[in-house]
Amino acid sequence: MDQFTLNLLVVGASFVLYIGIAIWARAGTTAEFYAAGRGVHPVLNGMATGADWMSAASFISMAGLIAFGGYGTSAYIMGWTGGYVLLALLLAPYLRKFGKFTVPEFVGERFYSNTARLVAVVCLIVMSVTYVIGQMRGVGVTFSRFLEVKTDTGLYIGAAIVFAYAVLGGMKGITYTQVAQYCVLILAYSIPAIFIALNLTGSFLPQMGIVGSYEPGGVSSGVSFLAKLDSVLTELGFTTFTAHTTNTLNMVLFTMSLMIGTAGLPHVISRFFTVPKVADARASAGWALVFIALLYTVAPAVGTMARLNFTTTMWPAAVSGNALDGEAVAISAFDTDPKLSWVKTWEQTGLLIMTDLNGDGKIQYFNDAPLQAPAKAAEAATKALVDARTKAGLPEAADLTAPEAVAVNGAADAALADLQAKLVAAKAALTDAQGALMVGGKSVADRGWVGNEVTKVDRDIMVLANPEIAALPGWVVALVAAGGLAAALSTAAGLLLAISAAISHDVIKGSFNPNISEKGELLAARISMSFAIVVATYLGLHPPGFAAQVVALAFGLAAATIFPVLMMGIFSHRINKEGAIVGMLVGLVFTAVYIFLYKGWFFVPGTAVYADVEANWFFGISPLSIGTVGAALNFISAYLVSSVTAAPPKHVQDLVESIRVPRGAGAAQAH
Amino acid sequence: MSDRTSSNAYWAANIRIITISLVIWFVCSFGFGIILRPMLMGLHIGGADLGFWFAFNGSIYVFLILIFAYAWRMNKLDKEFGVEE
Repeated sequence: MDQFTLNLLVVGASFVLYIGIAIWARAGTTAEFYAAGRGVHPVLNGMATGADWMSAASFISMAGLIAFGGYGTSAYIMGWTGGYVLLALLLAPYLRKFGKFTVPEFVGERFYSNTARLVAVVCLIVMSVTYVIGQMRGVGVTFSRFLEVKTDTGLYIGAAIVFAYAVLGGMKGITYTQVAQYCVLILAYSIPAIFIALNLTGSFLPQMGIVGSYEPGGVSSGVSFLAKLDSVLTELGFTTFTAHTTNTLNMVLFTMSLMIGTAGLPHVISRFFTVPKVADARASAGWALVFIALLYTVAPAVGTMARLNFTTTMWPAAVSGNALDGEAVAISAFDTDPKLSWVKTWEQTGLLIMTDLNGDGKIQYFNDAPLQAPAKAAEAATKALVDARTKAGLPEAADLTAPEAVAVNGAADAALADLQAKLVAAKAALTDAQGALMVGGKSVADRGWVGNEVTKVDRDIMVLANPEIAALPGWVVALVAAGGLAAALSTAAGLLLAISAAISHDVIKGSFNPNISEKGELLAARISMSFAIVVATYLGLHPPGFAAQVVALAFGLAAATIFPVLMMGIFSHRINKEGAIVGMLVGLVFTAVYIFLYKGWFFVPGTAVYADVEANWFFGISPLSIGTVGAALNFISAYLVSSVTAAPPKHVQDLVESIRVPRGAGAAQAH
Repeated sequence: MSDRTSSNAYWAANIRIITISLVIWFVCSFGFGIILRPMLMGLHIGGADLGFWFAFNGSIYVFLILIFAYAWRMNKLDKEFGVEE
């Protein structure tokens, strides 16, 4: 059976499973549609939360990010798990006791204000829509890579599947489907990781392998795995993997921003409305983290091992000794060595590009960062001269630096000669840089190299190509395809539910038509869900150019608006309507403006006030990390405004008292 | 809230547990994982320095223990104060 048929069978089987579950778990009431009837076991709820939380980004991109990022990327690992501690201790039990369906509903009742509720709805929709675009895109891309259909066709298939189980089953259908999706994605992630860990470190647990010793193919080398990785990277001129951060403040704020952003994401919070009791909400956050940890503790091993595997593929001598003691990998090996056939496969997708710049038939992979600026300058100078010659109607020149290249009618043209002088200077600067850049004690020029010949490595292939790099059987490759789809579909469904609940419950029932019947609201929820899927599909087909940057905004907003307002609503009697609204707006505006300063106003290209580089950041704080500062300003301004305005009314203070004790959560759910 | 005093004592106990948990949460992630890492370079877990291990793996294990310990402690507290479900 060929790989394509196998992919089709495995992915098809997983889809049949999801649809079967959807038919079994149809929702009949709004309580089932919004909160799965509050009857989900905490362990199953934890599993569903794990699938909901771990998106295409966690499954496909994170390990690649770690592989090429080094120690600093641990901010993602700590940030995207530490938020669950905040959820379990500060939010989940109290919001479950409150016993309603959506996050804006809590904000509206606790701060006795429809304005506050609508501000929360706006924040929620901006965050969720942002996320959903990325998921729909992930579905389309995974389909096109593994099932040989167009990205757009893949997106339609994915949207149809989500439509079937999300619109039918609501939270109930989504939750039980996510349990199945979790199982698929964790298997798909762990199996290749275990094989690779065994292969490189002799330990089958990836978590042990990363701190274990380096044993390629079972032969002990006497050094630890991380020391080996660091020494190979140093030899090729890269920063070591374990090198400490150069900007501690920014790393702390970034990690914090991811943590409180995680705790403030409405589609994660609403998972804790589905369990029967307050005690279950506490434990469920723990179970969610257990299932998330199964992937997150493996990701650093997958990333580091993929980086070493990739580097030793380029420098075969590095497997057992120094990389530069041997020759770089020959291009012909990609055709002849079956172990390297994955290089060809991934070159065809355009995600991996190798160019033999010096024409020696080998691919030299090293850090050529110091050469990039002079190489670009030389390229620009060449282009300027060629363009000027074309404009003057001159034919192509064999040698642009020769005197005849700037001659017009036998005499040197002043303007062309000036451009030629600049080109000569730029080329000389590049040659100087090649002479000055030392790799392994010898200059790049002396080695006969021109630049790094691995001109593009898309980070995402580190996970997707893993089973092929480790030469695993075809069904593992198929499983990884199904896993990537499960990760993207489960997150998309959770986000779509959060959006549709906000529209049907907070906007329609909360503001326009409070007397809507149970049946009417359920229909409204299904219609808004369908509408949300159509919008998400459209945006997935026509992604705004800024989709990646908006993710920073989503986390920043969750951190600076939703998390503080929920926490103050629970832990303070005194914060009132005015304080909450001012706090949310201050957090929202401050965070959005700081991001826009570096990314462009509303992400319109070319409107950024400052270039997004570390030298320009205020106090060295990156736009990705600013959510923490926004949250602090939210807390401060809410406190100041509340202390000069009237205290909340008695019934609101009683509400705060009541959510602080678990007893009576069952009664609170009745409307 | 028929018994305001007992519910205040329950809440004060809860706040105390939360505070202790969050101190541990902060020290193990931001402390060992980032801020104190340069000072802990001499200590190792296998092939990794202690700070590196906490940043990539250890902090997650601490987070897990914290959440389950909190859930267990609070369930006990609920019963002590008679506010369990």
